[in-house]
Parts: sequence; C-alpha cells; structure tokens
Amino acid sequence: MPLDPEFMQYPMRRKGMDHDLYPAANMFEQPKVTWPGGKPVALMVTVAVEFFPLTPNDGPFRAAGHMATPFPDYRTFTARDYGNRVAIYRMMDALAAANIPVTAFTSSALIDRTPALIDDIQAAGWEIAAHGRDMNAVHYGGMSAELEQQQIDDCLAAWSARGVTPKGWMSPGRGQSDATLSLLKRAGIEWTADWGNDDMPYAMNDGPIAMPYTDELEDRKCITILGQGENVWARQIIGAADWLASEAEIHGGRILHLALTPYIIAQPFRIKFLRDLLALLAARDDLWGATGSEICSAWHARRNPAG
Amino acid sequence: MQDPKLYGHWPYRNRPKVTWPGGKKMAFWVAPNIEFYELHPPKNPHRIPWPRPNPDVVNYAYRDHGNRVGNWRLIESMEKYNIPGTVSLSVAMCDHFPEMIETVNKMGWEFFSHGVYNTRYSYGMDREQERATLQHTMDTIKAATGQQTRGYLAPALTHTVHTIELLAELGFTYSCDLFQDDQPQPLNVPGNPLVSMPYSLEVNDHYAFNVFGQSPQQYTDVLKRQFDTLLEEGGTSGTVMCIPIHAYLVGRAHRAGPFEEILRYADEHKDDIWITKAGDIAGHYLANHYDEARTHIAQSGGSHAA
Repeated sequence: MPLDPEFMQYPMRRKGMDHDLYPAANMFEQPKVTWPGGKPVALMVTVAVEFFPLTPNDGPFRAAGHMATPFPDYRTFTARDYGNRVAIYRMMDALAAANIPVTAFTSSALIDRTPALIDDIQAAGWEIAAHGRDMNAVHYGGMSAELEQQQIDDCLAAWSARGVTPKGWMSPGRGQSDATLSLLKRAGIEWTADWGNDDMPYAMNDGPIAMPYTDELEDRKCITILGQGENVWARQIIGAADWLASEAEIHGGRILHLALTPYIIAQPFRIKFLRDLLALLAARDDLWGATGSEICSAWHARRNPAG
Repeated sequence: MQDPKLYGHWPYRNRPKVTWPGGKKMAFWVAPNIEFYELHPPKNPHRIPWPRPNPDVVNYAYRDHGNRVGNWRLIESMEKYNIPGTVSLSVAMCDHFPEMIETVNKMGWEFFSHGVYNTRYSYGMDREQERATLQHTMDTIKAATGQQTRGYLAPALTHTVHTIELLAELGFTYSCDLFQDDQPQPLNVPGNPLVSMPYSLEVNDHYAFNVFGQSPQQYTDVLKRQFDTLLEEGGTSGTVMCIPIHAYLVGRAHRAGPFEEILRYADEHKDDIWITKAGDIAGHYLANHYDEARTHIAQSGGSHAA
C-alpha cells in the first residue's frame, strides 16, 4: 500500500513563502533603522499577565502553563495565581528599580477578576497589550470564524470598557488560525508578537505588524522547559544584546525582546537573577528601553517617513 | 527484522590506516541544514508534522527564522573563517529562496539531498515512490546549482528499509543517515559503492539545545572536546568530524558568537585538519580506502559481514 500520492505533490512550491500571509525577506537587506538617541538596540521587555481557568478548554492544545493534572488541578491553578498576587509585585519593583519600560500581555478576564492588579499595572506606567480573554481563548486552525471573531471582540470590548485601547496583541499560547491576522487588523490591532521568525518587525500582507519574539530566550523555555540555571538564562540574554549591538553597527538598529513570566522568574529564589540582569541592562548605554508600541512606531516612522 | 544488515561489524581497533590528503589527521566538515518546513503540510499517516493543527504558527515561525535571519548570519561566519558548507538541503528551497542557494553555490558550497521539504516524510513510501522522490531531489539540485548530488540525509531522518540500497542504485556516493562510526566505511548494498559518512546526532545543535538543554557556551565546549578527541585519534588513523547545524538554532543572536568560536578553533588547527566537504571526503575514501576496508571487514568475521 503506497503513500497517498498527495504526499508527493507540492501545490505551494514557488518563489517566496508557501502562503500569502507575508512576503519572504532577508533581514539583512531591509532598510536600516535608527532608534531614538541613536541607540543600537531597542530593549523590549514584556510580561505575561495571564489568567488560567481551572477548567481548561477542550480545543486542540492547551496554552503553555495551563492545567496539567486531572480536574481540579489546584496545584497549577494556585501556582499561576501566585504570579498575579505576589510575583508580579516583586517583578514590578525590580523593573521600576531599573527604570525599564514594560509592555504587559494581559488577559482581559483580569479586568473583572483582579481590578486592583490592573490599577497597579497602569500606575506603574506599563503598556497594556491584549492577550485574549484568558488562556482558554486560543486561536487555532479549523476553529469557526464566528468563535474567533467573538474571542477577539470579547477581549477588546472588555478593554474598551476599562478605557484601554490595546495596540499590541499576543494570542494565548501564540496560536493563530489562517484568519487571525486579518481579523486582528480589522479590529484595530497594530502589532502582534505571535510570529517569532525575525529579529526585526516586518509588515504582514493583511495584518498587524509582526514584532520579534525569541522563544529561545524566554524564562519559561530556558528555566522550566530546558532546566537551565537562572545564571545561564541571564548570560544568554547578555550574549544576545552584545551580538545585536555589534550587528547594529553595520546593519542598523536591532531589537532585543525579553519575555518574562512572573510565576517563573519572580520566585523568591530567582528574583536576584532578574534584578542582576536588569541592572546590567540598565547600565548599558547601547540600549533603548521602550514599550512594544513605541518600538513599533519608531520602526514604522523610520521605514515610512512622512512625505 | 533483527538487523537491517547495512554494514558488517568492524572493531575500531586495528583497522587499515586511513590517510587524508596532506597527511592531515582529521577530516572536518560543517553541515548547515538549509530547510523548508511547510505551513500546511499534508498528513503522513506515520508522523504528524506539527504538534498543533495547521497552521502551527509558533513552530513554523521558529524554523522560518533560519531563512529570514539565521542562515545569513552563518554564511557570514563561515566566510570569515573560509570554511565551506556541505548543505543538507530541502530541495524546495531552490524554488522558495533561490537567492540563498545561489549565494552559497557561488561560495563553492556543496549540496546534498535532504528531501523535498522537512515536513515530507519517507515513512509509508513504497520503493518506487521513494526512488522517484530521491531522483527528483537530484534533478532539482542539478537544475538549480549544476551540481551532481552525491550525498543524502533523509528528510527529518525518516527512512524506509529501501533507502540505503536506493542511494547506491541512483549513484549517490555517501549517506549521512547512519550513526555507527567516527570513520567512513563501505555499506553493504548492491550496485555502486556507497560510503557511510560520519554526521552526528550527539553534537547536532538540535540535540544540544532542544534535547540536552545546553547553553551556547556548553555547546562550544562539547564541540571542542569532540574535536580534540577525534583529532588525537586521527593520529592513529584518519577520523571525520562533522558539525551538523540548523540556522534557526545556531543563527540566533545569543548563539552566533559561541558558534563562531568553534570555527575559529578549527581555523587555528588548520595545519592538522583537512577542512573540506563531505563529497570530497567520500571521493577520497572511495579512491583510496574503500576496497581495502571491504576486504578487512569481510575478514573481521561478523555474521553479517559484507
């Protein structure tokens, strides 16, 4: 019984990508970008502020960090809630001490569940970016168009009622369907961080601008998935900053996206490593700390000068 | 099946001495995997391409980073130390990113077949389907680069029981699919002579970073120890060291520097090592050592010797 002949056919084999979401590109051939103050590297620190419902969805996958044991998974539910009660305050203090701007990918369910936390995030001056209703509201290939539209609308309506208009978006679990980008664009979203395929922003054909994301430098991936020491994680971030700064001398401004998870890196036994890392980053004069929207705007202005 | 009988048992001790050109002790080659993974691959009944339903944006983008960013970084590093690549090529790259293929072809890099896409698996193919697919990859490389394909690494390391004999039948001279040795050796297949070429899972960046969780510095240390040991043993009989890489892993900003360090290390030892390409290693081995090795293996007496 041979393999289905479909497996030896290649309908999307052509010059460029095998889809129409964005054109193929070589990052090193893009126009040079200059960041404010002429800094070589923009430092984009983002924090995941997420609500994980006790009953996970029954979709095709669960977002990273979601419930792991049979219902009721009190251990995971409360360990995640720890992030939104305790760890995030430790992290806020560390980031404030280093005077580094922050963008928070925030579940809109927290507007009602933990209004004081939203107050504190806003008081800290963090940019709020949309992150779906909660970690059950994943996007995936094969979901109905109605459900996907409803998930986006629910999330953005909740922020609107709170007086917030998020410009940035990260899908829960960074999942997308084939329609997500165009739906987000029509909903007014200006940039997303779901696509980790570039170290610089790039334009989608019909969607928000893709901002860079590096799975490989996440506290989650390095520390909890790969089991690396916190010092090993921190050293890789400094290594990335050094490499990007040297590349910027030739190729123009670069971006270092540092994605943080309070319930991971702001544990009492880990916070020292975050504080030390932030102090090292804050002391450098080759970094421009900015929010996701500030970096996206600066990139866009540089790429599309008025007139 | 207890044993595919691809080669005879051949103890590492007391083999006929392998000598490399110029009296070098170790042949050193770098294998950049230049791959394309599809956003909407068809379902192979034996292996699901992505953990999430298509489109698996996270996993697709993770690989696409290599083609937008990482490969270009690696090309610059390899050029800096004048080390040629032997490319493990998803041949659909000739259509999707022809500029990249032209660039490294002009630099004198070699291409070997790594299937059409790294999301098209050999599992479940019958002999004729696999043969046609292999031939198609050779034809694609020839048309895009002018090169006659000599080597193979199955896409995503997916094999059938026919794979190795098909390589000999189609005129390949080396296979990177098998991991039993640190020296080249003849494979037991009818038809044209075929050499098993040392590649490596153990120092493969995929294993280093995503299976073993090594830091960039640990990875560099691993490669240096691999290098030192094989170079030392190469004093007795020539060895082969391969560094298999993927741009979406070593081409990241936090790893590009530590990876460049191993290229610098190889350059520093260039008087002792033959910095070369896999096809040239296979060619030298076929011309100088293949026949002697076959005879010696046959005398070694394993029950499945050639």
